[in-house]
Amino acid sequence: MITWQMPAALAIGLFLLGLLGLLARRSLIFVLMSIEIMLNAAGLLFVAAGMRWGTPDGQIMFIFVLNLAGAELALGLIFLLRLRTRLTTLDGDAANLLRDG
Amino acid sequence: MTMIFFSAAAVTLIATALAITRANPVHGLLNFVVSLLSMAVIFFTLGAPFAAALEVMVYAGAVVVLFLFVVMMLSLDRAAASREREWMARPVWVLPFLFVAVLGALLARIMLFSPGDDAAPAVITPQAVGARLFTTEIAAVELASMLLLAGLIGAFHMGRK
Repeated sequence: MITWQMPAALAIGLFLLGLLGLLARRSLIFVLMSIEIMLNAAGLLFVAAGMRWGTPDGQIMFIFVLNLAGAELALGLIFLLRLRTRLTTLDGDAANLLRDG
Repeated sequence: MTMIFFSAAAVTLIATALAITRANPVHGLLNFVVSLLSMAVIFFTLGAPFAAALEVMVYAGAVVVLFLFVVMMLSLDRAAASREREWMARPVWVLPFLFVAVLGALLARIMLFSPGDDAAPAVITPQAVGARLFTTEIAAVELASMLLLAGLIGAFHMGRK
């Protein structure tokens, strides 16, 4: 039998892996991927909570997390492309000026 | 069911760990796809078939394909990959790993060792999810559509030449 602690532990592990990638990587494409991993872990925790309480609310929140991830990813990838054309690098540390001039 | 859950959880964790440590973005993305698909299996074992289907369609389908298109447009070469490897030197990982380990210990202590009874998992059908989503949660659906529209307009605006 699967108790709610098992998916919760997995969600913690995935969230921490995503956070580790977010902190340690400098390439912006991996930073965005780490954010997706962390959002995915949060969604897993919502689904696990929905299983624990036996309501559809967990899956509904998962759908909203999915929405949020999609909206965030579209803007993040566009900013990534703009940064690449402007700075010719994917280094997050290179983007330290809000405007040029 | 428990065995399926544990094997899928192991695959998810290993694939995610590989995904965040690759130098080549495409290799990272392929590992990410594996982790997402095994995550869909986990959702299925948790009695959430609708979430499993959405995970495959939206995450493993749309999100990863979007990532791949952007990686193609970035036209990364071998020099980029070797620079990536330089950025991923071992000392870089030490301090983040310590932070994450402390945070993980705290989260595990708070969440997993709190008292709570265990209910047997029951399958929550897509009908139940849809009925709830489009009746009591309809305002949140409208807000989510506004968020997506804002994301669409923002991406269109930023993507113009």
